Parts: sequence; structure tokens; C-alpha cells
Amino acid sequence: MTDLPTAWAEIADDFGAMTPSERLQLLLEFSEELPDLPERWVDHRDAMEPVPECQTPLFLAVEVDAHDRVHLFFDAPREAPTTRGFAGILHAGLDGLPTQEVLAVPDDAPLRLGLGEAVSPLRLRGMVAMLGRIKRQLRVRTAAG
Amino acid sequence: MAYRPYRLGGTVPVPHDSDPKLAAYAHPERVVTTAWLAEHLDDPDLVVVESDEDVLLYETGHIPGAVKIDWHLDLNDPVTRDYVDGARFAEVMGSRGIGRDTTLVVYGDKDNWWAAYALWVFSLFGHPDVRLLDGGRTAWAAEGRALTTEVPDRPRVGYPVVERDDSTIRAFRDDVLAHLGRPLVDVRSPGEFSGELLHMPDYPQEGAVRGGHVPGAANVPWARAAAEDGRFRGREELETIYLGEAGLAPDDDVIAYCRIGERSSHTWFVLTHLLGFDRVRNYDGSWTEWGNSVRVPIEQGSGRSRGRPVDQQGTS
Repeated sequence: MTDLPTAWAEIADDFGAMTPSERLQLLLEFSEELPDLPERWVDHRDAMEPVPECQTPLFLAVEVDAHDRVHLFFDAPREAPTTRGFAGILHAGLDGLPTQEVLAVPDDAPLRLGLGEAVSPLRLRGMVAMLGRIKRQLRVRTAAG
Repeated sequence: MAYRPYRLGGTVPVPHDSDPKLAAYAHPERVVTTAWLAEHLDDPDLVVVESDEDVLLYETGHIPGAVKIDWHLDLNDPVTRDYVDGARFAEVMGSRGIGRDTTLVVYGDKDNWWAAYALWVFSLFGHPDVRLLDGGRTAWAAEGRALTTEVPDRPRVGYPVVERDDSTIRAFRDDVLAHLGRPLVDVRSPGEFSGELLHMPDYPQEGAVRGGHVPGAANVPWARAAAEDGRFRGREELETIYLGEAGLAPDDDVIAYCRIGERSSHTWFVLTHLLGFDRVRNYDGSWTEWGNSVRVPIEQGSGRSRGRPVDQQGTS
């Protein structure tokens, strides 16, 4: 898939090679590997963007550094491992990429991970919404810059 | 025909929890305490079932020996908006080592919201002995009780193919239309009830094009039945809410609904098993069907036609 960033494509390949129950385990690993919120965001949770499309509310923040690298920050409770897992995939697949590469990720990329069978398509809407909101923030920045 | 809850027969293999709080309920055999469950985990005739909103929560740790049944993946038909049929249900149960005679104890996250939904679906198939863990996952974990990530290896058993009975505890849209003027309980939040919100606060928009409630419905947010610790309120408190404030009577013919039928399963459980109502149906089409249906009557605002005003606390 040429339209996907390398890290994302690798994640997609990993999921694709698994049975649905193995996919759940990998999703759990992503949920456990989601980095904690750094201090500067812990104190500014109210400036993060809520993603109400997730079953358990999640908050996200997007930064772009001086070298045009995108950095993603997520805040979701431990009792919501599915939502954290979605955030973990987005972080592992997109963090550190240039803005244009993130913007080029297809909106339906979360639906192409084979997770529908493992968690149900309805639940995946939260992840699609997170990606959409990340891209929207980047578009606003690009237009402003 | 009135719904007949399971009653003590001659050969019940797993004893009931005789906890005094439970004893006050109409059907105490439908509920168990965490302490009782901890003592009965090794009972070979009992299977613990976890059913959560979050599909990964079971994998992070569950009650030892518990199996997972997911409302999306296991209980809903993947194509038609309906529950699985008898053959699929038999597969779901049998593959987890659950037989028709197995005593089930169901628990889950969010005050047993989804656990009650699973229990209601089990009841559509008439599974004889199914009980809810009072307080659910939260209460079990809060007491520091054992959780494990080990998935039990339960040998598959035969579960009979039983046809779902959709006529006693389930209502469809036409049943609700025919029921207008009789007691209805809308268990959503006050904002959804009045029509200001088309979905739960902080939850996804699930696509209803109209807001409001079924005419004549009383608004009793489902979570009012739960105390601070997630356990069910005692019988007296529940009677104050449902008989007093909402003006319902145990011999009323009641239909409960919410957004997709999950929260109202919880209320169905409370009215049927804790308060002993004879005829409560859950309208699982709920607002995502009613709010999209052409020409069905809708009422907006917080006004209600039955009983005294219900306060606005305790929304989910």
C-alpha cells in the first residue's frame, strides 16, 4: 500500500497476519505502550481536543516541531483499553512524521487494520474520528502558517 | 402471558446467595454478591461471564475462570439489526463450555450496564439460571479481589438450539405504537429525553434525525438504580424511584427503552427481578429506531404525563 506511511503499513501487516484473538492481544499491547501525557499537557488538559466519538471520552493534542514533525498526545483512562489501543496505534504509526505525510493518510486507514472482526466495526468509528481530528488540526495549522 | 422468572426447582445445583440485602428483592435468586461469588468460583456447575462495553477490558484481567461474551461480536447478528439466532447462540454458549443447565453469573463494566444487556439476551433464549453480580467489575476490583489474564480452557459442551422468544420481554416498534397511553420508561439522560441532545452526553452521535421521547414516557435515567459504589440500591430506595416518583405499579404493562436497548436492559432487570413487575418489555430498537421512523409521534421537552417529577441526578 503505497499511500500509507512505513510504520503504519508495518502495523497493518502485523494485524493482517493475525487471527482476531491475536489482534486483540496486539491492540492491548498498543494500549499499554501509549506514552503517558507529558507534564506540559497534564497541566493543560482543557486545551486538548475531546473526541466524543470514542465510547470513553479521549482527549488529544497535536504539536508540530521546528522540523515539521508531527507529535501526538493522548489522554484516556486505563479502564478504556480499547480507546487507548486505538490511540497507541495512531501514536506508533504517525508520531514523528512530516505534516504532509500525516495528511496523506487515507481517512479510512483505521478500517484497514483487520480490527473490525476483533472489536466490531462500530467501535472502530472512534479511531476514524481521532485520525480525522488530527488531520483537521494539521490542516488548520497549515492554512494558518 | 406474564414473564415467569426462574424459580427454585427441585434440582438446583448451585445454591442462591442468602445475603439480607438481596433477600428483600422480588427475585433474590437473580443476584449474587461479590463475597458469594468469591466462594463459589470453583463450583463446576457455575460459569462466570464478563460482558463489557470496552471489548479489551477482559484481556486486561478478569475474574478467575470467567469467559467473555461480547454484545457486539457474539450476541448481535452481524448483518441484520437483530440478535443472533438459536443456532449461533448455541455456538456462543457451547464453545465456552456453557450448557443449558449451567448457572451463569454475569458481570461487567459501567455498573453492569452491558452485563444486564447480555443477561437480557440470555433471557430471550430462556437460559434458566442466569444471575447478575451486584456491583459488577467495579465492585469486584474495588475490594481487591483476584483478577487474572489467564483465559480458561473450558471444554466445549452441547447447548441446545433454542428459538428466541421475542414475544414476552422484547418490544418492537409496532408494539410501542400499540402501547401508547400505557406506561413507558425512557431511561436516557434528561437532555436526550427532552430532545436537546440526540445522543448521550460524551457518547457518539448514533444517527437519530429527531430528538425527544415517545409520548407519555416517564424519564428515569437508568443509573439511578445504582448506588455510588455501583451496586443496586436497596428495595425501598428502588420503590421510591420507580413506584413513587415514576408512578409505576408492579402489575403495570411497561415498556422501557433508551438509545439501542442496552441501558433499558438494566432497568428491565431492576423492574422485573428486583421489584417483581410481571410484564416489562425492552424496546431494543429504542431511540435510534423511533427517532428515525417516519410519522411516529414524538414529544419534546421535559414535561411528563405520569407521576411526580423525576429529579435530574444520576445520569449515566
